[in-house]
Amino acid sequence: MSTRLDTRFADLAREGRAGLVTYVMAGDPDRETARAILKALPGAGADVIEFGMPFTDPMADGPAIQAAGLRALSGGQTLKKTLEDIAWFRSGDQTTPIVLMGYYNPIYIYGVDRFLDDAKAAGIDGLIVVDLPPEEDAELCLPALKAGLNFIRLATPTTDDKRLPTVLTNTSGFVYYVSITGITGMATPNFDRTAEAVARIKRHTSLPVAVGFGVKNADHAAAVARGADAVVVGSALVDAVKASLDQDGKGSARTAQAVADIVGSLASGVRGARRAAE
Amino acid sequence: MNVPPKPNSYRTGPDDRGRFGIYGGRFVAETLMPLILDLEKAYAEARQDSAFAKEMTGYLTHYVGRPSPLYFAERLTDHFGGAKIYLKREELNHTGSHKVNNVLGQILLARRMGKKRIIAETGAGQHGVATATLCARFGLECVVYMGAVDVARQAPNVFRMKMLGAEVVPVQSGARTLKDAMNEALRDWVTNVGNTFYCIGTVAGPHPYPGMVRDFQSVIGDETRSQMHEAEGRLPDSLIACVGGGSNAIGLFHPFLDDPTVEIYGVEAAGHGLTKLHAASIAGGRAGVLHGNRTYLLMDDDGQIQEGHSISAGLDYPGIGPEHSWLNDIGRVKYLSATDDEAVAAFQLLSKIEGIIPALESAHALAKVADLAPTKPRDHLMVVNLSGRGDKDVPQVAEILGTKL
Ligand SMILES: Cc1ncc(COP(=O)(O)O)c(C=O)c1O
Repeated sequence: MSTRLDTRFADLAREGRAGLVTYVMAGDPDRETARAILKALPGAGADVIEFGMPFTDPMADGPAIQAAGLRALSGGQTLKKTLEDIAWFRSGDQTTPIVLMGYYNPIYIYGVDRFLDDAKAAGIDGLIVVDLPPEEDAELCLPALKAGLNFIRLATPTTDDKRLPTVLTNTSGFVYYVSITGITGMATPNFDRTAEAVARIKRHTSLPVAVGFGVKNADHAAAVARGADAVVVGSALVDAVKASLDQDGKGSARTAQAVADIVGSLASGVRGARRAAE
Repeated sequence: MNVPPKPNSYRTGPDDRGRFGIYGGRFVAETLMPLILDLEKAYAEARQDSAFAKEMTGYLTHYVGRPSPLYFAERLTDHFGGAKIYLKREELNHTGSHKVNNVLGQILLARRMGKKRIIAETGAGQHGVATATLCARFGLECVVYMGAVDVARQAPNVFRMKMLGAEVVPVQSGARTLKDAMNEALRDWVTNVGNTFYCIGTVAGPHPYPGMVRDFQSVIGDETRSQMHEAEGRLPDSLIACVGGGSNAIGLFHPFLDDPTVEIYGVEAAGHGLTKLHAASIAGGRAGVLHGNRTYLLMDDDGQIQEGHSISAGLDYPGIGPEHSWLNDIGRVKYLSATDDEAVAAFQLLSKIEGIIPALESAHALAKVADLAPTKPRDHLMVVNLSGRGDKDVPQVAEILGTKL
């Protein structure tokens, strides 16, 4: 079965360039603005969208994404609303792959079977659930694959060659290589080493490899794009949301445009890179 | 007294996936998984190694001051006019609580694994002080995460940790209490996974922590068993302990789980009441996934974690160890709860009639003794775990009683 993600990565390979994966938080800073951001992403240059599910206790995230989650929650965002936001987006865009990213508890409480039905109906393509390692595949990964959703796993610098096959089993769509041992939005990775890591992962799988954590600007994005199939950017976009808030901490007319501007710049970095390398 | 568990035993968990029934597991980021698997292996090896056991026993005896006494509380017994009440005196341990039993085990394990940097989370500061103490003793770098709110309300313990050479990091995220301190410790661990050992303060977190911490704390119940035998020639009839994450409780309970005549009670913090602000995860929560394990948690309808409230900073965690969740569901242990007011009353009572000032945490267990003991016959042997001493709580209780210090 070919999914929107498979199709998109095949297109990118044909174009001979890396893709840009953009992460934004559902409901941040408020539901209306978050929808406007979501809608603006493909036009601005996002090839794949990661939509964050807010959670009170995001143990692998840095301050920027923690704060975005709390903004969304204080505005009343729920998992149900997040799924509705995606259905709304799908009514205008049938091709851009959307991956939900977050933590397991809200899904567990929603109910795994009901969640998979509703996610599928909303037009979601894949899931990244940070606190579900392969050891817990029976919880969500296996049912998600059965339901026809991709389950994207994180590989990290601590995932050695011995463990990689465990991580890659049941992974689909793409592999997300976390370029640092650390939380989101903090250290900038060593780009030579991420390229080596991508090459290492590719010896174990034919899946595309996206690299994320620590990519903040077009130069970083270009550097990563030279050695990976896609570049993931999150905290920089979430920071742009924060910087655009008005005095009362509310989303403004400028917010979606501010995010789109950064995405445009990152996309030009990503698109220029492969050409430069070739 | 270490009787190997029988088949069909309540004492065999966790299984090899780290589960107690549906609870437990390993719900952590991939970055941590290789380390958690290493830790599981290192602990399994240490458990088989008589040199590790011997080292542990040596420090427990000469540094911690074990065995802690099992004391017949004669005046408390007379006061209630029912069960014969014994106190297991964990408050007499070095650093003033049961926390040190577990920290010693984990630090000795960290040394075996060659880790030089220790991190910990703390609520009231007791676990932080115990960790800082053993890091000082063994010359290890120590970083303790503590919610900024708790840093403010537990100033003496913060100063103690600093005196012991630890760095105390006030956590500003979330509600700035214990739950957030644990998040921040996990974030540190994800970042510094190569050289760092995370010393968790209770029977929670990803497998192997819940089982490992329980094993280190089981010294409480093992001693109680032989001490009661010496004092009364038989098993106790009931056990009572307070439950935050549940480490002092499981330490007392575990060696008795397969003795069907022993009634076992855990006491959660009911704060202002179970329909108001509280920290009773079993009484007021449901199964969910947080901090690496599935267990009873306080949360809203959308699976967002709520803050616990208790007068006692050591009990206001919104979760509970997974083994307790399982023991609750199968009915082996009965979980009760005590309010802030009941705990303060028990705090005053024990101080006045036994000359022992208990930790506010332990006072929750004592508060339920007030309900249970009078209903029992005079030959009923009841053991209450006095998990810590109350010196740290004196300023707070003074304020509650309207006394200026
Ligand atoms: C004296 C004392 N008792 C009990 C607790 C609660 O922890 P646990 O339930 O793990 O024993 C604490 C925690 O700080 C404590 O300091």
